Amino acid sequence: MVKVEGLDKLLAEHPFFKGMDETSRKTLAGCARNERFNEGDYIAHEGKPAERFYFVRSGTVALEFHVQGQDGLVIETLHDGDVFGWSWMVPPYEWAYDIRAVTLTRVISLEATCLRKKLKKDNALGFELYSRFVPVMAKRLYSARQQLTDMYGKS
Amino acid sequence: MSTQIKLDPMTPVPFAVAKRVQELADTFTIELAPTSTDGFVFQPGQFNMLYAFGVGEVPISISGDPSDPSKLVHTVRNVGAVTDALSKLKKGEQLGVRGPFGSAWPVVEAEGNDVVIVAGGIGLAPLRPAIEHVLANRSKYGRFVVLYGARSPADVLYMKQLQMWRGRLDTYVDVTVDHAGRDWAGNVGVVTRLIGRANFDVHHAKVFICGPELMMRFTIKELSDLGVAKDDIYVSMERNMKCAIGHCGHCQFGGHFICKDGPVFPYARIENLMQVRGL
Ligand SMILES: Cc1cc2nc3c(=O)[nH]c(=O)nc-3n(C[C@H](O)[C@H](O)[C@H](O)COP(=O)(O)OP(=O)(O)OC[C@H]3O[C@@H](n4cnc5c(N)ncnc54)[C@H](O)[C@@H]3O)c2cc1C
Ligand code: FES
Repeated sequence: MVKVEGLDKLLAEHPFFKGMDETSRKTLAGCARNERFNEGDYIAHEGKPAERFYFVRSGTVALEFHVQGQDGLVIETLHDGDVFGWSWMVPPYEWAYDIRAVTLTRVISLEATCLRKKLKKDNALGFELYSRFVPVMAKRLYSARQQLTDMYGKS
Repeated sequence: MSTQIKLDPMTPVPFAVAKRVQELADTFTIELAPTSTDGFVFQPGQFNMLYAFGVGEVPISISGDPSDPSKLVHTVRNVGAVTDALSKLKKGEQLGVRGPFGSAWPVVEAEGNDVVIVAGGIGLAPLRPAIEHVLANRSKYGRFVVLYGARSPADVLYMKQLQMWRGRLDTYVDVTVDHAGRDWAGNVGVVTRLIGRANFDVHHAKVFICGPELMMRFTIKELSDLGVAKDDIYVSMERNMKCAIGHCGHCQFGGHFICKDGPVFPYARIENLMQVRGL
C-alpha cells in the first residue's frame, strides 16, 4: 500500500496527470511501476508486445527505426514530462519502433493488461485517460507533420 | 558605415576576401576586410547587397560580431547563380558591397527582458550578431535562450559556437534536427518542441525568429499557444531585392518594403500579411 501511495505521488508530479482527481490517479497508481534505464538501454523493440506505457520523469529517450546492418535512425527524442508507448491501446498491441534511453532515464510505467481491466470497469476513468491522451497524440502528429515539410530546406 | 557608402548607396564598394570558411556542404562564411579606418559599423539584423562581379547582386545578412567593425562577415548558402559565384571567391579576390541596409533586431528595447532566439537552417546567420550583442551585454538581460533547428547533424551551422555558447553558465542553448543517426547525442524533432521546455518568462520575453517562413509560422503558433504576446515577437522576412533602398518595389510585401521597413519586423505589424496566400 505504501508503495502505491509513493507511486501516486510520482504520478501527481508528472504534467500528464495535472488536475486529475485523486481517486482516478490512485486507481492508475495500482498499475504503476517506477523504473530506471541506464544510457543505451533498450526500453522497447519494434514488433514486440507493447505491455506497458511510459511517463518520462527525467532523462531522454530516442524513438528509433531499426535499419538492417546499420545503426538505428532516430526519428524523435522525448524528455522530462513526455509520454510514450500508446501501442498498448491499438491492436495488435506491438511496439512500432525501438525505444532507447539516450541518458539515464527515470520513468513511471503503467501495465497495459492491468489498465485495460480497470478501464473496462470504470468508463469515467477511461474517458479521463483518453481525454488526456488525445491532445498529446494530436501535438505529436502535428510535430511529425511539421517534420515532413522539411521546413529548414530553403530560407 | 564607411563614408563612401553613405554618399552613394547604389554604388558597390570593392572589398577583398580576407578569409573563407566552408561551414557546411553548401554553406560558407566570408570575412571581408574594410579599408575605412572606422571599419564597417552595422546593427544586428542588417544586411548588405553583395555583388559578384559580372554575375549579379544579392541581399545577404551580416553575420559577424557588431562590436568588431574591423571584420565584415557574411554566411551564405549556395542556392543559385550569384551565391554560387560568391562561393567560388578565394582569399584576396574581390566582390562589391552596398550597405548596411534595413532594420535591426531590437536588442536595446529587449533589455530587462528574457531574450529568446529561435533559428532554423541558415536563419542562424542573421541572428548571430544579436546573440553576440546579448552575450557582450549579458547583465542587461534576463534568461537568454537560443533554440536552433536544422535538417540533420551535418546541417547544423556554427556547431562549435553553439557548443561554446552552451558551455556558458548564463545561456540556455538547445539544438534539434529532423533526423539523425545514433551517434547524434542531441535532440531529434522539430524546433517548436524546444520552446515549451526552455523555461523563459512568457510575459517578459522578446523573441527573435529567423528561418524559412513556414518554420517561423510554426514557431509563432507555438509561442502564441504558450501566451507570448504578438508585440514581443520579431521576425526577419525575405523577398527578392534589387535596389535595397526602397525605390524599385521589388521587395514589396503588402504595404511594406522589406529592404527599408524590414527585414526585421515586429510580428504584430505583419501578422495579417503573413497569412495572405501567395504574397
Ligand atoms: C534581407 C535578406 C537577407 C538574406 N540573408 C541571407 C544570408 O545571410 N545568407 C544566405 O545564404 N542567404 C540570405 N538571403 C537569401 C539570398 O539573398 C538568396 O539566397 C539569394 O538572393 C539567391 O540568389 P542566387 O542568384 O544565388 O539564386 P537564384 O538563382 O536567384 O535562385 C536559386 C534558387 O533559390 C531560390 N531563392 C532565391 N532567393 C531566395 C530567397 N530569398 N528565399 C528563398 N529562396 C530563394 C530560388 O527560388 C531558386 O530556387 C537573404 C535574403 C534577404 C532578402
Ligand atoms: S529592393 Fe527595391 S524597393 Fe526594396
